[in-house]
Amino acid sequence: MSDSNQILDEVTQSDYKYGFVSNIETETIEKGLNEDVVRLISMKKKEPDWLLDYRLKAFRKWQQMDMPDWAHLKIPPIDFQNIIYYAAPKKKETLTSLEEVDPELIDTFNKLGISLEEQKRLTGVAVDAVIDSVSVKTTFTATLAKYGIIFCSFSEAVQEHPELVRKYLGSVVPYTDNYFGALNSAVFSDGSFCYIPKGVRCPMELSTYFRINAANTGQFERTLIVADEGSYVSYLEGCTAPQRDENQLHAAIVEIIAHKDAEVKYSTVQNWYPGDKEGRGGIYNFVTKRGLCEGANSKISWTQVETGSAITWKYPSCVLKGDNSVGEFYSVAVTNNYQQADTGSKMIHLGKNTRSTIVSKGISAGRSHNSYRGQVKINKNATGARNFSQCDSLLLGDRCGAHTFPYIDTKNASAIVEHEATTSRISDDQLFYCQQRGLDAEKSISLIVNGYAREVLNQLPMEFAVEAQKLLAISLEGSVG
Amino acid sequence: MMENYQNLKQLFDGFFDQYINNETDSPLSLSIRKGAFEDFYRMGFPTNKIEKWRKTKLKDVLDLPYTINTSDRLRTQQQKSIFECEINNLDTDLFSLLNGWYEKSSENLLQGVIVCSIREAEQKYPELFSKYFDRMASDRSNGLIALNSAIYSDGYFVYVPDNVACNRTIQIVNVINATSRIFVNTRNLVIVGKNASLSLVHCDDSLSSFGSFVNNVSEFFVDEGGQLDFYKMQNKDEKATVITHNFVEQQRDTNTHANTITFNGGLIRNDTRVKLAGKGSHADVMGLYLVDREQFVDNQVKIDHAVSDCTSNQLFKGIVDENGRAIFNGHILVQQDAQRTAAYQSNNNIQLTDTASIDTHPFLEIYADDVKCSHGATVGQLDEDALFYMMQRGICERNARMLLMFSFAGQVIDHIKIPAIKNRISELVSRRLKGELSACESCELNCENPDSVMTFEIDMSKI
Amino acid sequence: MLEIKDLHVSIQGKEILKGLNLSVKPGEVHAIMGPNGTGKSTLANVITGRDIYDNISGEIIYKGKNLMEMAIEDRAREGIFLSFQYPVEIPGVSITNFMRAAMDEIYLYRGKKPMSGGEFLKYFNEKKQFVEMTANLANRSVNEGFSGGEKKKNEIFQMAMLNPDLAILDETDSGLDIDALRIVANGVNKLRTPENATIVITHYQRLLDYIVPDFVHVLYGGKIVKTGGKELALELEDKGYEWIKDHADIQL
Repeated sequence: MSDSNQILDEVTQSDYKYGFVSNIETETIEKGLNEDVVRLISMKKKEPDWLLDYRLKAFRKWQQMDMPDWAHLKIPPIDFQNIIYYAAPKKKETLTSLEEVDPELIDTFNKLGISLEEQKRLTGVAVDAVIDSVSVKTTFTATLAKYGIIFCSFSEAVQEHPELVRKYLGSVVPYTDNYFGALNSAVFSDGSFCYIPKGVRCPMELSTYFRINAANTGQFERTLIVADEGSYVSYLEGCTAPQRDENQLHAAIVEIIAHKDAEVKYSTVQNWYPGDKEGRGGIYNFVTKRGLCEGANSKISWTQVETGSAITWKYPSCVLKGDNSVGEFYSVAVTNNYQQADTGSKMIHLGKNTRSTIVSKGISAGRSHNSYRGQVKINKNATGARNFSQCDSLLLGDRCGAHTFPYIDTKNASAIVEHEATTSRISDDQLFYCQQRGLDAEKSISLIVNGYAREVLNQLPMEFAVEAQKLLAISLEGSVG
Repeated sequence: MMENYQNLKQLFDGFFDQYINNETDSPLSLSIRKGAFEDFYRMGFPTNKIEKWRKTKLKDVLDLPYTINTSDRLRTQQQKSIFECEINNLDTDLFSLLNGWYEKSSENLLQGVIVCSIREAEQKYPELFSKYFDRMASDRSNGLIALNSAIYSDGYFVYVPDNVACNRTIQIVNVINATSRIFVNTRNLVIVGKNASLSLVHCDDSLSSFGSFVNNVSEFFVDEGGQLDFYKMQNKDEKATVITHNFVEQQRDTNTHANTITFNGGLIRNDTRVKLAGKGSHADVMGLYLVDREQFVDNQVKIDHAVSDCTSNQLFKGIVDENGRAIFNGHILVQQDAQRTAAYQSNNNIQLTDTASIDTHPFLEIYADDVKCSHGATVGQLDEDALFYMMQRGICERNARMLLMFSFAGQVIDHIKIPAIKNRISELVSRRLKGELSACESCELNCENPDSVMTFEIDMSKI
Repeated sequence: MLEIKDLHVSIQGKEILKGLNLSVKPGEVHAIMGPNGTGKSTLANVITGRDIYDNISGEIIYKGKNLMEMAIEDRAREGIFLSFQYPVEIPGVSITNFMRAAMDEIYLYRGKKPMSGGEFLKYFNEKKQFVEMTANLANRSVNEGFSGGEKKKNEIFQMAMLNPDLAILDETDSGLDIDALRIVANGVNKLRTPENATIVITHYQRLLDYIVPDFVHVLYGGKIVKTGGKELALELEDKGYEWIKDHADIQL
């Protein structure tokens, strides 16, 4: 026991390798939040009136709302007036080529392993790089345009494709939806927009890379993906932040609309700064992600590997409206030290023969708390609906917590819903078996944990899967039980 | 919070002033009552804003007019003569509560076992009373618990001394038989001494159908090495509301088995909280609910593994038909350092119609690492393949369905340890599934549903 | 006993049986052979009344009655028995009670007085020995935790109990080792009388070494494309289904 605990400690005590701060000239506005700030953000982005109205309505709604307290999280009070709501790297009016991007910025992304130079990208992944509040560069836009695919920053979409943005913005996550959703709807700065036209199979992975750099800022990005009839897209999202002693707020919204026969696969590797070993600093990651399977036979699949953030509050969900539509959620959430995560999914079955799958693997180490919270709701008209949920928790150490809070509500007599969950630790037998075959304890743990998370990691696109595997190992470095 | 229920407020105030204050309550219980009354006014009735009460619609039943039975002097009928809950071949000592009041004076059973009213216990056994009464229920996690502690009318007290294996089952029948809609608060206390054992059968029944609200709180203490089997059968009328809070505390090496079978009722909510406070203890908390028409059955279970080396097992099964609603909210809490815990939880439901509704919330909250915990929850239908298989062998669809439902329910009944109770419950379940056991159960003519008589009797006892 | 005329069956828009004809008389054993996916199990399901098909047309006459209009259990009570290819597990229902329920209902349907408990147990034990079934098998839930061989033996045991007029054995040999195969086949042969008939659905010839058919039909592309005596099975074994493909006078 004590031996393995020691090893566990060693494995968990690794350092966050993306914690550097870049020296980028940044334009920020004053701290604080009021209607004027909302107007200022909108003005800076030269937004049309309808969008400003939307923001203001959201802001007024937010003022009436209370911060949710139902999650199994201890969230210190957040002073919303002590946050800067807009920070952007200074740049020229329009960015026409990569030469005009601040070299420090390119360097930042290079350090993160994200190249903004298209020719250097081997894997054929188009990237929208978002730093602090704004999108700095989107690659491969021209290539994608040939297919009629729109992939650009959210701000650009507002200017170039206002009809699409207006039609879909808030259609899946209305500004009234929840506290952090309302906040985002009021102050969102930038993000990615993607539209896949009818019948188009997107030829490359699309990805957004989020980076928080400036201090005292909040990041409120907004992603909107619309997959028209019969289209397909696989979308990746990654994120990091510098190491700082104070907490920073990240409250994003991702909305996905899948029309008839369309399929969207959304993968996240979340590696925001988790705070230090004593629980100082780190990102508050309060995110609303929801997909609407609008049309028949559509499919939305969420895959997430959550290793970062001091506090995670996130429930990627699917509203299965179209008949025969499919929703999937695959998650590996790792918490260590003083991290807290309350994450899971909602599957709302409205259409006939809708199917959903939830596979959640939680891994807790140190003094962290890791909760799965999920809801499966079968409506009266969802004849033939099926759900299967498997939620496993693995405990590494005796000072952490692993919790499971599923909510299953059914109102249809033909529905079949199954939920299974187990909580356990790595058995001494497994450990011994691996060690007897010559692996050291750390490798053994890493191997066992990876095996445990395999079902989810398999859902990730190749390039991401490798990264995620490494991330898992690093997050748990020094942690064995 | 109370302003919405002026009528009830008057009712409770009146009861408190006229009855409680004038009675011979000890200073201890009077101070508990007064404190609890304040708690109740502060908290009010649970509302849908409270997470665990989100789906329990108390408001509808609280809006009804109630009377409160302020007197224990209405003991006119001999309980045994009006209540027939005889369990064949079961040798029990039968006691009863009528409209919230204990029916018999104390009886010293063999072996030094005591069964009496809680009021009598307060007078006659002050040490036991002050040591155990309101020890767990003082958590006041909702207003109904506070209300009960403030104005409970009566209830039963059972004490099994150390090293006594109580060899006769004690049966308590809690009957409502009133001429108006009454609000009843009953309060029970059960103490099982060291290395003692007890099996207790509690039946909630109603004989009248004017409607009633029974707010029941029971506390069970099982001392080192003790064993408690607690069976509850609920067969109420459709206008009945029963809210039960059972608190169980187990010391080292104890074993408890609680099994609640809900046949009928209007709004029923059973909240069982078990604290495993001593190493080496085991708790089974089980239940079966058969819900149809407009009935609502809500089972809440919390098992608190406070120390290491304990095990627990929750098994709840339900069949929900017509417009029935069923809720299961199970919660396993494994506290830090409660190592080598094994805790299991399972909730399976069969939903027979689209107008029925089932919500199941099987929670795990775990703070220790050397644990084996699992839970499973399912909502589904009768297995179509199994139905076809049976029908291919010549069994009609109705009987095939019945067999499947019965075997589904049987997995809970199988855990009942006392054969006579097991057989009796099996029989009641099969009758209930055939539609024979219904709201007008006190009359067994089954005139409401003559078509439901089966063409032949499947001998389910051997399944 | 059984007349099937121009039977068409489709599921999810796909036609499985495309005009099948078959005639079975008392005392006969018919083998229906064919490669996988040609509709052999569909035929068994349609005769017994499984309600999963969209469209059924044609005629199935059994003992002069139109089977199509009868409920699943009534077909069973009229003496049609299906030995399932994959017998379903029914947790919590013991074989004893299951058979008791079935026999009682069949007796009542036929206007007979159900057996008393004692008679039933005696009968049950006789039949158990008949199929060489071990005692503890009988106390277990129907098919639950049974091995493949036990499940098939249990099917034949139930067949012995219910004593059908028309038994349909759907791939009864699959998953059986040679000893189990012999026991199962012996059971079936012992149950043969001049009054009852058997339809053996199988993929391989080997079961037909034990249960010797009077007629062998080859089902292919949703129709019976060739009918012969028991030697046809051997010929098939020898030449494979490809041979049928080449020689059958059918348009695919």
